[in-house]
Amino acid sequence: MEIPYTIQARPDTGVYNAKLGIWLFLASEVMLFGGLFSSYVLLRVGAEPGMWPHGWLDVRLGTANTIILALSAITTLLAWAACKVGQFGKFKFFHACTLLCALAFLGIKSYEYHDKWIHYEIKLNDGTFADGHLVEKSEDFDLAKKTGTVTLHGRIVNDETLLYDLRSQKDIKLDEVTVKAADIKQMENYGPWHNTYLAIYFTMTGLHALHILGGSIVIGFLWGPGRKMWKTNPTQFTNRIEVSGLFWHFVDLVWIFLFPVLYLT
Amino acid sequence: MSLKAFHLIFVTSLTLLSLSFSGWAFANGKILFGISGIVAAILVVIYGIYFLKKLKKISYL
Repeated sequence: MEIPYTIQARPDTGVYNAKLGIWLFLASEVMLFGGLFSSYVLLRVGAEPGMWPHGWLDVRLGTANTIILALSAITTLLAWAACKVGQFGKFKFFHACTLLCALAFLGIKSYEYHDKWIHYEIKLNDGTFADGHLVEKSEDFDLAKKTGTVTLHGRIVNDETLLYDLRSQKDIKLDEVTVKAADIKQMENYGPWHNTYLAIYFTMTGLHALHILGGSIVIGFLWGPGRKMWKTNPTQFTNRIEVSGLFWHFVDLVWIFLFPVLYLT
Repeated sequence: MSLKAFHLIFVTSLTLLSLSFSGWAFANGKILFGISGIVAAILVVIYGIYFLKKLKKISYL
């Protein structure tokens, strides 16, 4: 059985079926990410004064990822345009570039996640806070038994609010800080459980990264085994590239909103 | 809406982001970032004009 309107536009919608399908899907995606952005706004305006983090993310890495995704959007468009004019060699090149950009994005994102994973805030018994990246835990370190020590590359502060607004503090001096397990009241890394900012950060960027991964699999398929269709039905193949490009552009557009909201505000 | 039309939206958003980023950078004393943002915005606009000329024959639908 032949699937209708894979090439020709359907008379009542004016577009081929896959395009209508992807736009319906993207409409649901807008609602999904829209809900998360709304959650972010509500969490932020509901935060206690001085308790919403600023400057916790590396703007340079965020900027690099923005540039990478912008380049990938361009290469996606060029891949589609190459198909339109029948230049399959150029299509393969541009789609490979898109895949490389996606991998680079995920690599940088993984590095950022790892950086948060090894970042600890330790509340000490004397009311001060040790904060920094994990250097080492002694072999006998056990928080429950209160044995051993943990060393961070960071600092000790008296007021927890000093750990929240890093942007307004100039020349923060970091050093190696060793803390005894016996002195620790609470120890937690900067995972999603640490506070609402990190919870929404990991949720939004994690969901976005999953979209990048999903898009990469589709683009990889069309670049690899799926490209056989070019020989039998080039117009339908070109339509598939357009549909995958629409999804990819949507994912890039989400990042254009995520970047200023999470990194710059 | 075709990929061409969506790409145009993307390019417009990217230009606005570059300019906003530049404004943020200047406000925070990051002059180099600020200049880079303006340069990026100009480059994106130039690219946008180039891509529109290049894909003149392709429909927006």
